[in-house]
Amino acid sequence: MTSKHSTQPDYQTYLQAWGQEKALALLKEMLVIRTFEEKAEELYALGKVHGTMHLSIGQEASAAGASLALRESDYLLNHHRGHGHCLAWGSDVNLMMAEFLGKETGYCRGRGGSMHIANVEANNLGANGIVGGGIPIAVGVGLSIKLRKTDQVVIVMFGDGAANEGAFHESLNMASIWKLPIIYYCENNQYAMSMAVKRAFNIERISQRACAYGIPGVTMDGNDLFAVYAAVSEAVERARAGNGPTLVEAETYRWRGHSKSDRQAYRTREEVKAWQKKDPIRHYARALGLDDAGMERYRAEASEIIDQAVAFAEASPEPSIDTILEGVYA
Amino acid sequence: MRELSYAEALRECLRQTMTADERVFMIGEDIGIYGGAFGVSAGLLAEFGKERIIDTPISEAGLAGACIGAALTGMRPVGEIQFMDFVALSMEQIVLQAAKIRFMFGGKATVPMVLRMPGGSGTGAAAQHSESLENWFVHVPGLKVVMPSNAYDAKGLLRAAIYDDNPVIFVEHKLLYRTKADVPEEPYEVPLGKSKIVREGSDLTIVATSIMVQRTLQAAEQLAQENIEVEIIDPRTIKPLDSAPIIDSVKKTGRALVVHEAVKMGGFGGEVVSQIVASEAFDYLEAPVRRLAGLDTPIPYNRTLEYHAVPQVENIVDEARKLVQGGY
Ligand SMILES: Cc1ncc(C[n+]2csc(CCOP(=O)(O)OP(=O)(O)O)c2C)c(N)n1
Ligand SMILES: [Mg+2]
Repeated sequence: MTSKHSTQPDYQTYLQAWGQEKALALLKEMLVIRTFEEKAEELYALGKVHGTMHLSIGQEASAAGASLALRESDYLLNHHRGHGHCLAWGSDVNLMMAEFLGKETGYCRGRGGSMHIANVEANNLGANGIVGGGIPIAVGVGLSIKLRKTDQVVIVMFGDGAANEGAFHESLNMASIWKLPIIYYCENNQYAMSMAVKRAFNIERISQRACAYGIPGVTMDGNDLFAVYAAVSEAVERARAGNGPTLVEAETYRWRGHSKSDRQAYRTREEVKAWQKKDPIRHYARALGLDDAGMERYRAEASEIIDQAVAFAEASPEPSIDTILEGVYA
Repeated sequence: MRELSYAEALRECLRQTMTADERVFMIGEDIGIYGGAFGVSAGLLAEFGKERIIDTPISEAGLAGACIGAALTGMRPVGEIQFMDFVALSMEQIVLQAAKIRFMFGGKATVPMVLRMPGGSGTGAAAQHSESLENWFVHVPGLKVVMPSNAYDAKGLLRAAIYDDNPVIFVEHKLLYRTKADVPEEPYEVPLGKSKIVREGSDLTIVATSIMVQRTLQAAEQLAQENIEVEIIDPRTIKPLDSAPIIDSVKKTGRALVVHEAVKMGGFGGEVVSQIVASEAFDYLEAPVRRLAGLDTPIPYNRTLEYHAVPQVENIVDEARKLVQGGY
């Protein structure tokens, strides 16, 4: 098996296949993700959030493009930088915001918070605060799909840093020998907290690791929604056909610090600016023929959606103290 | 004397020990340019270079193993586990290797390593970043477990841990990093395995660990206004446990309460209680020996639930009052 860097797909072919409405919906989805996180940042600055959060601003195409390649009946496992994945999975933005603010009406009744949003009913098996924590769980989900003989697949999303946990190795090998329907989706945003990918790996692409497990590996431009969609679609097809897992690597960049306490001494402003020029949302809008002014009304729509979500969350009740032990055991 | 924060005191110990002793080095995630998730190693990379302040990939099993291997061959590594929760990924190396190597080799090897890790809740970091897992290690022969409750002890205990010839689990608390105390500039050791009487009193003995020592001190001030005088003992090292001062204290007060943040069931408090009731202090008891500890739940994200999941000052006051006033 080999690993490759994908080539730029033909945008027009996709746009024609999707049609205007779906193409615009994807733009709106990415704008909602961006606005959700900008608002999260604002709420944090206002002291309305207790805890930390990890923003995926700059990585929206990776979330939206990957989800697009999956069906509602498929499964999602993701990680701490997961607001985008969760929104792209079709989650209710009100319930997400309520969870972020620790409210009873949130997806996890205010128990989980930003790092642990899940919606099991929608096969969203949850974000994870443990780096690499979802990678072995995907093996179990894949196994279950195989045992239940459905045509579902599971996508597990994790960062570059997670690929250096031992569990990554065990899991990819198991998934390979059992030909499980798993898409191992690595969002390489160039850093694990302060650890640059260049310092943490001695290989050119993380997807090269696939070769060691006898599965295909592919790296693509994670800021290009079309390239993400193309690469994940291929992996999904292979998984659904019973041919086993793929390691997909999305090259992207987080614009913000790792979390709220990051001074970002490990990177330069110039580097951040250079990546901001590759804004995934703008890039996609251009393919739709929209300039910034043309995008404005969709931005405004997104703001309205997010403002309503904040209003919903703020009006929601806190969990009651007498329920503190609920949910520990079934 | 000057005041230092708990984090600064730890850093000063690391700096002094590393300056004086080539065998000591640090290894962990984001301890270099980032300075550690809680800033303990801030500035040390510039001082000691990347050969001795070693950033690892996110590989906790590898990190723990690297400490063991280096310790076995003459070094004195100080590993940092970014949040105590993640030590779960290092458990094989710690429990099945570090703790037993000396014994299995007939006492002919030593594993002088320290693994530092911040435990505890109170920062809104939710269930996977707020654990208090110290008792896992207490249950393993071959390990020592240290829990400093203030900046002075932090500096002295860390030095003692580095120079101990056994693997030492060094449990810090996130909410203590910014707390200050008088800390001498010169290097000093606070010996492992020595409890400290933090406050004297005649009505009730409270054994508290880590941040609960601070909360118990605050509770004691309030209780003193009601003429309830609490004696507070901080074991500082929970393994080995220096129980003699605890037993002596209970003989004096006739009442005992253990306070810790970790979940009550299976927690360290159970050990303290059994050592008390199994000792001659039993004959002096005027009330049941009680524990106040974390609820049997993972730590919730919501701020209010998080607050109520572990003992707070007012809970300690209530419990102490009830014990002294014959409520049990
Ligand atoms: C097992 C474990 N180790 C360390 C951490 C602390 N931590 C949280 S996120 C993170 C960096 C993760 O980097 P990456 O996997 O690349 O994801 P990114 O944050 O870049 O999206 C670290 C070190 C953790 N949560 N879990
Ligand atoms: Mg990363």
